[in-house]
Amino acid sequence: MSFLLTLVALIVALGVTWRYLGSYMASVFEGRVHFLHRIERPIYRLLATSPEQEQTWKRYASALIIFSAVSLLFTYTILRLQGSLPLNPQHFGSVGSALSFNTSASYVTNTNWQNYGGETTMSYFSQMGALTVQQFVTPAVGIAVAIVVVRGFSRRNSQTVGNFWVDITRCLLYILLPAAFLFGIIFVAQGAVQTLAGTVSFHDALNNVTQTMARGPIAFMEAIKQLGTNGGGFNNANSATTLENPTGLTNFLSIYLLLAIPVALTYTFGKMVGSIRHGVALLSVMALLFGVWVGFTSFAEHQNNPAVAAAGIHSTVGNTEGKEVRFGDTSSALFAVASTSTSTGSADASYDSFTPLGGLGLLTGMMIGEVSPGGTGSGLYTLLIYAILAVFIGGLMIGRTPEYLGKKIQAREVKLAGLGALVMPITVLIVTALAVSLAAGRAGPLNAGPHGFSEILYGLTSQGNNNGSAFAGLTGNTPFYNIIGAIDMLLGRFAIMIPVLALGGALAEKNVVPESLGTFRTDNGMFVGLTIGVNLIIGGLTFFPAISLGPIVEQLSHARFF
Amino acid sequence: MLVHLRRSFVMALICMVLFGFVYAFAGTGVAQLLFRAQANGSVGDNGSLLIGQNWSSPKWFHGRPDDAGPYAANPAKGVVGGDNPLMANGVKGSSGATNLGPRSATLLANTKQLVAYWHKMGVNPTPDLVTTSGSGYDPDISPQDALVQIPMVAKATGIAPDRLRALVARESHGPEFGFLGSSFINVLQLNEALAALR
Repeated sequence: MSFLLTLVALIVALGVTWRYLGSYMASVFEGRVHFLHRIERPIYRLLATSPEQEQTWKRYASALIIFSAVSLLFTYTILRLQGSLPLNPQHFGSVGSALSFNTSASYVTNTNWQNYGGETTMSYFSQMGALTVQQFVTPAVGIAVAIVVVRGFSRRNSQTVGNFWVDITRCLLYILLPAAFLFGIIFVAQGAVQTLAGTVSFHDALNNVTQTMARGPIAFMEAIKQLGTNGGGFNNANSATTLENPTGLTNFLSIYLLLAIPVALTYTFGKMVGSIRHGVALLSVMALLFGVWVGFTSFAEHQNNPAVAAAGIHSTVGNTEGKEVRFGDTSSALFAVASTSTSTGSADASYDSFTPLGGLGLLTGMMIGEVSPGGTGSGLYTLLIYAILAVFIGGLMIGRTPEYLGKKIQAREVKLAGLGALVMPITVLIVTALAVSLAAGRAGPLNAGPHGFSEILYGLTSQGNNNGSAFAGLTGNTPFYNIIGAIDMLLGRFAIMIPVLALGGALAEKNVVPESLGTFRTDNGMFVGLTIGVNLIIGGLTFFPAISLGPIVEQLSHARFF
Repeated sequence: MLVHLRRSFVMALICMVLFGFVYAFAGTGVAQLLFRAQANGSVGDNGSLLIGQNWSSPKWFHGRPDDAGPYAANPAKGVVGGDNPLMANGVKGSSGATNLGPRSATLLANTKQLVAYWHKMGVNPTPDLVTTSGSGYDPDISPQDALVQIPMVAKATGIAPDRLRALVARESHGPEFGFLGSSFINVLQLNEALAALR
């Protein structure tokens, strides 16, 4: 019952956000929001650019790639120099080169895969100056790419798609910064930690126990970690720790925050292209997929853990292994689905200890390309890729050149969309095959049997989708996994962004053809169904063999333990 | 290209200052001003409400078996006895779960050990009491987890079970706003109240 109320509260909160944040974001990117112009204008001056200087998609893409490369260099350098930098009360040494490379690739791609335990590896300087920074920057970059595609539909006969520097600056100042700061305060009020004072020790005279607790600037990192669908927490155990996620309320707010922007961007899309109905159609795709995944996974987690049941303990409160008491089974499952259906990857429970079908729900949420609702920006542009493929297939069925929002979808657009849809599955399957073929890869898993394979598959799927959640039994801090994971993450981000930007550029160049009676409708239930079908068929066909060797075999091996 | 490179360096620096340091420092300032106790880790006389302790004596209500101690859940991972819940993951100071899979033979063996431990203490354990948490230092148990421990605590302390049941009811928190999350009891608060009862 309380889980149903949680869902209702989430739907209401997201509905309001969809309408108002969506329309606000359209205003931001159309340059109608100015309340921080005292910071915004000087930034443009320092960058020697201005909103009037528009870029072609190629210049936009090269600015994005070079900026990301420089961000990677900054992050890597800070981690390597950590031992000599200030704000390091626990006196951590510098981070090794392979781990620094993996971590910087991870944060620059919005993945936040963590091959380290935060509170035992990273100084405050690194957490703030290297990692939190990227948690602001990368969602801004992702949203900017989505906005380029939106402009592809809203502009006519245009050579330019916007200005990269202006788009990310506006997104950072007017969307991410105010919201993150506000929610940071709420997290602290609820009990999340925010201090620069280092560790604290205390003695319990009742129990004769002495403890030491690692602290840090956690709460405000937490806010942007969720809002930007980043997922990289201050602590090793992420949102499962009370220091990051102290109460049922912060858990709910985390779920809300990580869904807010991806959901609201469909309204932004509808508003900017002049048809809210088209935004609603995309929102329906996201909501239907998300609803099915939540139902499936929470049901699975409400079942007994097979190993615990075999030890003679039968549960009415679901699978409790790896879960926190204050959240419970279904709320943890809701958090997990929200986290893996966006590109967040934060965790308020151990996903490795989910039931086989619960783990399957999380794994497949990523495998369908993270479109329900997907990451900040990346969710919208990935879904638009599938929408274009759906329109193309619909066009083939009725024998007409397909159109979407009046733009003709021709060979070039379909090729770019196809490329965007296939990069992720190809990358993930190849690196997974590589990992299971090599001894260095097979040394990774903690668990034996099919679950060991699931750990490898999950880790590389998560990195290829820039998710960052893990079946955390996998030992990732080895040269092999650090490097293959970094490649996986970089391809999963930029090898999709570039065709998507090209798609935006190609669409912006086109004129709009007037709608006729024969036009395939792209704002009704038929189109929603077709898009979901295309998405599930691509994800299902490419990954079914792999998941049948992992979670499905595990589910079917009754009474066997590994 | 060169202009992009220059802008990239400038922008990366601006972002580091503004969204790394100014953001975190301003946040710390506001947090320390408005919510000092929470921001510093909710530390009281006997420890922090945020992290579980190892209550090994039957005179106290026990938390979940995250920490090592007499019922080490996971000796295979090199967790040694002791009372530091921050060693739950075998790494000093690090949070983390066991990450054992649902069909793990190790998880089965660990759970059997924990069930045997609780039976020895005269307790018929609930699922929370034989499984480890996601953080490795869950400070809470559910009201049901506390109720099943009453025979153990009553026997060791001589306090009447009825009074303990009233204590558990008093210390129970419902889900936030009645529906967010689950009911819970903070074990440290429960045991502090128990100490006051003696």
